[in-house]
Amino acid sequence: MKYLILMHVDPAALEQLSEEQQRQIQEGHGAFMAAAKESGEFVATQALADPSRSKVVRSSGSGPEVTDGPFAESKEFMGGFYLVDVEDEARALELAKQIPDAAIPGLALEVRPVMFADLGDE
Amino acid sequence: MTERHPVGEGLWRELARQALARLLRSYGSAQFDLCEDAVQEALLHAYQQWPTRFPDDPLGWLTATARRRYADRARSDARRRNRETRAAMLHPPVTPEARQSDDSLLVLQLCCHPDLPRSARVALTLRAVAGLTTAQIANVYQLPEATIAQRITRAKRRVAALGRPLPRPEHARERLASVLDVLYVMFTEAHHTTAGAPPRDADLAAEAIRLARLLRRSVPESTEAAGLLALMLLTEARHPARVAPDGSLRPLDEQDRTLWDRDLIGEGIELVEQAAPGADPGPYLLQSCIAALHAQASDTAATDWNEILALYRLLEIVTGHRNPTISLNRIVAQAMVEGTDVALAAIDALEADHPGLPRTDAVRAHLLEQADRPADAAEAYRRAAAATVNLAEQRHLRHRLRRLAGTDG
Repeated sequence: MKYLILMHVDPAALEQLSEEQQRQIQEGHGAFMAAAKESGEFVATQALADPSRSKVVRSSGSGPEVTDGPFAESKEFMGGFYLVDVEDEARALELAKQIPDAAIPGLALEVRPVMFADLGDE
Repeated sequence: MTERHPVGEGLWRELARQALARLLRSYGSAQFDLCEDAVQEALLHAYQQWPTRFPDDPLGWLTATARRRYADRARSDARRRNRETRAAMLHPPVTPEARQSDDSLLVLQLCCHPDLPRSARVALTLRAVAGLTTAQIANVYQLPEATIAQRITRAKRRVAALGRPLPRPEHARERLASVLDVLYVMFTEAHHTTAGAPPRDADLAAEAIRLARLLRRSVPESTEAAGLLALMLLTEARHPARVAPDGSLRPLDEQDRTLWDRDLIGEGIELVEQAAPGADPGPYLLQSCIAALHAQASDTAATDWNEILALYRLLEIVTGHRNPTISLNRIVAQAMVEGTDVALAAIDALEADHPGLPRTDAVRAHLLEQADRPADAAEAYRRAAAATVNLAEQRHLRHRLRRLAGTDG
């Protein structure tokens, strides 16, 4: 069963991180990826650019229209995700707790089941 | 495999499985990893050589080549390790080549070892028994090849680390339950896949049926193995009517029964009729009896719901009332026999004991619709559509919701 672990970020919390904390997060993600690959549960991960780089495409009534993003109005944004394939939800949550963001106030992980996946290879 | 190759894919897989069984018989389950790698290398060799020089005895050739590969690997491993290990690895075959059917069961039992995680059991069985490539398994589950490869590697190491001697043929019935469960999981994943993409999963259902046939041949006296195969055949027979062209699910009462595969139904019913009389009522046999009753009915009204309800109650008893999904299915039959009010009350009671049970709201919504309570039914359909992780089921529930609201045919 695939789960998407979304990494949510409060930019104010991100700014307040010390060099040391930044380094720990980076190393923590490296260690998490290695462990999830070793256990045969890792599918993919992506880190996204700052939401100030986002554009939004949506219907203006007469056709698609492009505006500056992001789509969601909140100050928090999605910084990236992990896609994992695990036995059940309990295991997905267990993995999410191992991601370094889980130990940093202002960062959070959202765990959602995947209903359909096509990884593009035949 | 290319079309001009002298060996078809079916024979490749059969040969690979038998060669692996022979190596395992010789060197023991502690060497699972080495044996499997040796067979894979021998296959590659055969694939290159056989178009120009086809052996008289393909299985003998493949087994002999795999044994040489095994010895090479064991030797190079032993150089790195100690003398004791080398002696163990080069241990000569302990028994002559055993009968093929026993060996098949043996490999199945190793792959379905209850100490392995479920996903690893399925992946290992597909690779070592069904003979699928890592890439094929990855495609079935829409996972990267590296993820599946890693799962198989870990599972093989785990099997090796369990390090028990191989079960002797007279003890071959041990761990049968775990094998049955793995094959059933494989089959239900194909039919109720979380990926929700039917075209890709056809292969997985076919593999599960192939393996269930193999198991049935290996343990002809097991009525549970017969029941599992019959259940799969009878379920597979309904598949063409179960998925609409738009990918949504058609429930049993809306299926065009002329689309059911009569050959599969005939075979399934024959199996049930052979296995059921006088047998211990095991869970798979009981479920195959229920499937056979559905398969024999021309429509919902002509279905023997009394008998189906009785079988579900028996199924609840033999499974110790531990599986609430069986109780939910019993409630569906109960609605047909005792009416929707009784069934709705039963669902409330079941939900109180098992909050969050999948499909509870879907069944409730159908019952509320039948009871002519459209507003309550719509609420239940909305909750059901939000709760499911199956795309085809969600389409079906939203279709029922729109139909109820009069915005859809």
